[in-house]
Amino acid sequence: MLTVALFAPLLGALPLALNSRWSAAQARWIAVVASGASLLALALAWLTFDPAGPLFQHVDEVQWVPSLGMAYRVGVDGIALAVATMSAVLFVAAVVYPFDTRGEARQYYAWLLFLHGVSLGVFLALDLLMFYVCFDLTLVGMYFLIGRWGHGDPQLAAFKFFLYTFAGSLALLLGIIGLYLALETPTFDMRAIIEQQPLAGRGTYASLVFLAMMVGLAVKTPLVPVHTWLPQAHVDAPGPASAILAGVLLKMGTYGMIRLPLAMLGETFSRFALPVAVLALVAILYGALVALGQTNLKRRIAYTSINHMGYTVLGIAVAASLIGGHDEARRLALTGATVEMVAHGLITGSLFLISGSLWQRSGDYAMARYGGLARRAPQLTALTVLAAFASLGMPGLAGFVAEFQVFTGTFAVYPWLAVLGVLGIVITAALFLDLLWRLFFGRLPEHLAHFPDLNRIEIGVLGVLALGVVAIGVAPHFLLEVVEASASLLAGGR
Amino acid sequence: MPVADLTPELALLIGAVMIVLGAAFLPHARQGWLAGAALVTLTIALGAVVVQWPAAPSLTFSGVWILDAPASLAKLVILGSGALAVAMSPDWMRSDPRHGEYYALCLFALLGAVVMAAAGDSMELLLGVLLSSAASYPLVAYHRGFAPALEAGMKYFLIGALANALLCVGVVMLFGLVGDTDYRVLAAFLAQSDRLVLSVAVGCVILGLAFKLAAFPAHAWMPDVAQAAPAPVAAMLSVAPKVGAALALARLVALLPGEQGLWLVALVSAVTMTLGNLAALRQVDVRRLLGWSSVSQSGYALMAVAVIGRAEGAVSALLVFLVAYALANLAAFAVVTHLRGRTDLADYRGLARAQPLAAVVLIVAMLSLVGIPPLVGFFGKFLLFEATLAADHAWLAIVAALNTLVSLYYYLRVAAVMVFTRPTGPVAVLGGHSRLAMLAGGVGIVASALLMELLLGASGVVMLPLPS
Repeated sequence: MLTVALFAPLLGALPLALNSRWSAAQARWIAVVASGASLLALALAWLTFDPAGPLFQHVDEVQWVPSLGMAYRVGVDGIALAVATMSAVLFVAAVVYPFDTRGEARQYYAWLLFLHGVSLGVFLALDLLMFYVCFDLTLVGMYFLIGRWGHGDPQLAAFKFFLYTFAGSLALLLGIIGLYLALETPTFDMRAIIEQQPLAGRGTYASLVFLAMMVGLAVKTPLVPVHTWLPQAHVDAPGPASAILAGVLLKMGTYGMIRLPLAMLGETFSRFALPVAVLALVAILYGALVALGQTNLKRRIAYTSINHMGYTVLGIAVAASLIGGHDEARRLALTGATVEMVAHGLITGSLFLISGSLWQRSGDYAMARYGGLARRAPQLTALTVLAAFASLGMPGLAGFVAEFQVFTGTFAVYPWLAVLGVLGIVITAALFLDLLWRLFFGRLPEHLAHFPDLNRIEIGVLGVLALGVVAIGVAPHFLLEVVEASASLLAGGR
Repeated sequence: MPVADLTPELALLIGAVMIVLGAAFLPHARQGWLAGAALVTLTIALGAVVVQWPAAPSLTFSGVWILDAPASLAKLVILGSGALAVAMSPDWMRSDPRHGEYYALCLFALLGAVVMAAAGDSMELLLGVLLSSAASYPLVAYHRGFAPALEAGMKYFLIGALANALLCVGVVMLFGLVGDTDYRVLAAFLAQSDRLVLSVAVGCVILGLAFKLAAFPAHAWMPDVAQAAPAPVAAMLSVAPKVGAALALARLVALLPGEQGLWLVALVSAVTMTLGNLAALRQVDVRRLLGWSSVSQSGYALMAVAVIGRAEGAVSALLVFLVAYALANLAAFAVVTHLRGRTDLADYRGLARAQPLAAVVLIVAMLSLVGIPPLVGFFGKFLLFEATLAADHAWLAIVAALNTLVSLYYYLRVAAVMVFTRPTGPVAVLGGHSRLAMLAGGVGIVASALLMELLLGASGVVMLPLPS
């Protein structure tokens, strides 16, 4: 099943890349089918996932380089399953979402499908090297998407994106090799490494490996102070690519933190839990404050991503802290971090798709050039309001479920961090309300007099994402059950 | 004398002689046939290497000739790169009035590289280096009406003469220290010899081989040759002699007592990769850029040489990296050849639309040179990092990682020009042969990554251990 989910988009990308005869509409259909098949396979995997079962399920394994201990290995725990399924949803949304491909629909959809396949590879991999391979390949896909279909100064943005995140992945690679060299029998099998905990009690060496990995993942997340690549990449990327970048690629950083340092270097991570948590707090406050100061719509949403990923990192750091007697709180924090990943993917994904729609209609991101759209485009307004409210943590929506759990968990372990962190939510609320006000209320500027509302496809896509947001908010049980099972196994408490 | 052990080398020699004779008698129009003859020769030699693949490492011809898995693998790479370069040549040389001898020179240059890879005796090493150099000089300057080619040939020759002289001095000093040139004897007696003289001798030998490797400080010829030599020659000279020299250097370093020479190699490695990268950053000429990048790649290869004897996987890492580098560089130069040697970066605008296949192969080759997984270059770099970290040379691994980052800049610049801009006009290409060679290079990069296990198996056998 997972193999199908992984290869369906890649197989779809192949004919698109090779055959030059298809029209834009045909290319789009192929992309929708390939992407949809992948989502369907993941949905099946979800239905047959047993929360009471072992940590990793649906495992497939094919040898690749046995003498290095490398193989094609896929499998999921609840956390991976949740994040992967959310990614697949977002990819289908990005493929379906209307976008001006500038006469190169074939290439555009081929790259998108390629990105879909390798992104799932990151979440589904059970092989450390395969994880890294897919981690790096996402850069290649995104590079061409931003560079070719972006706006503003896309080549510079794409280049900056590639260079920064590739620097991160090299640090990650050195960390992975460091970990690999510490193993008794060399293997990249994640299950074996998690079981062995090879660096437990290894002092400086373990710290260095941990730091190398953490730096690599923090760049991808992005955590302050290594976030500087993010705003420009977001602003200049095409709408659907921004949605993927924020919704899926950023998750690779935090997902990696759960999968690698937390699971494999638990003891080392616990020594660094407090500094990481403080850094996360800085990211939360800094991201929110800088976002508040932005006048560019996309830039503002981009900075809120830094803020929201801060919550996730905070949850992971709390989960890693081995402070005695807080098993329940740590499990809660880890569950919260995972739900935050899913929620943020859906919410920010739709926010970026919406800003893509605004760009297609008016070619502008400056919030000062908008206003009064509530009457002109009620459906756009309604969906944006819902997404914004979910993002600022309104109860009953997905963001709240996540943040509540993260903060409850944090409060038990690091009370004062939780208190300060809640400030971030206040600022986020302020900045989203301000954003809604500037876009939709007040006087309608003249150049927007004929601003068309969302079309049916756009409403459909955003509606489905919104539905997911509401469903997680109102009845989070279906998600929590799957995630909690794995969180308990990783953080204790069961 | 076990003549059968030398079948590949003899095949090359006999083939080259026959080609020289043929070139003397064939009319101008038929000189292209000799490319076929060269290919047949190379195929026979390749077949012979595969047939005599050694089960266990051994010495032959009174111990001057090493038969082990690394040598065989290196021969495969050298002969394979030669075959690819020869396959590109007939289209390129079609306008040349006489070019039969060209193929003979190619075979001699390859023979020199093969000798380097298998040398078990410092005299024989010298012989290989000189043969390879002497045959390469005229190849670089083959278009004698083309001033830049003459300049490149002259530069190559002058640097080569100096470096080869130094190598000769080094070998003579080693002989003076021990009274023999056989590696086995050297390994046994070098430990008791005079440290100062040994250092000077080793320094000279490393310098001499640095020339063949295009490593600092004897690297200056590489960008000129890449830019001005006939493109197939550039492809061959940026690969074949390097493979031979890298393995030869690895063998020599393994002989040295203690840590002697290792730090020097590590230093040369760090400087070479940094220098090559920094110089490549500013190039607006794709062939020069490839030349500088090939200098920096030599620096990476030396990482493995610097940890020989200290990390288990060093030889294996060196060989896998060399295979990866050879494939990627050959593919890149095959693209350049296919595009009739176009060299200015501005001429590559919009190539992804005008010549999608060429653009794809060039991008894949460059991504492999950077080390983007799952291309074969990634495995090469991965093993290098692993070996250096295992030998506690973390600083070298970090320098290499930073360099990889820098190199990303200039490779991506070429990719961006090809993909993100529109073509300015029609793109002229060479012909079927070069297209096939290009395609073979591209497929090789992807296929070898999938067949990594096979490659590791072939290189995993240890280098011939010498009694010490």
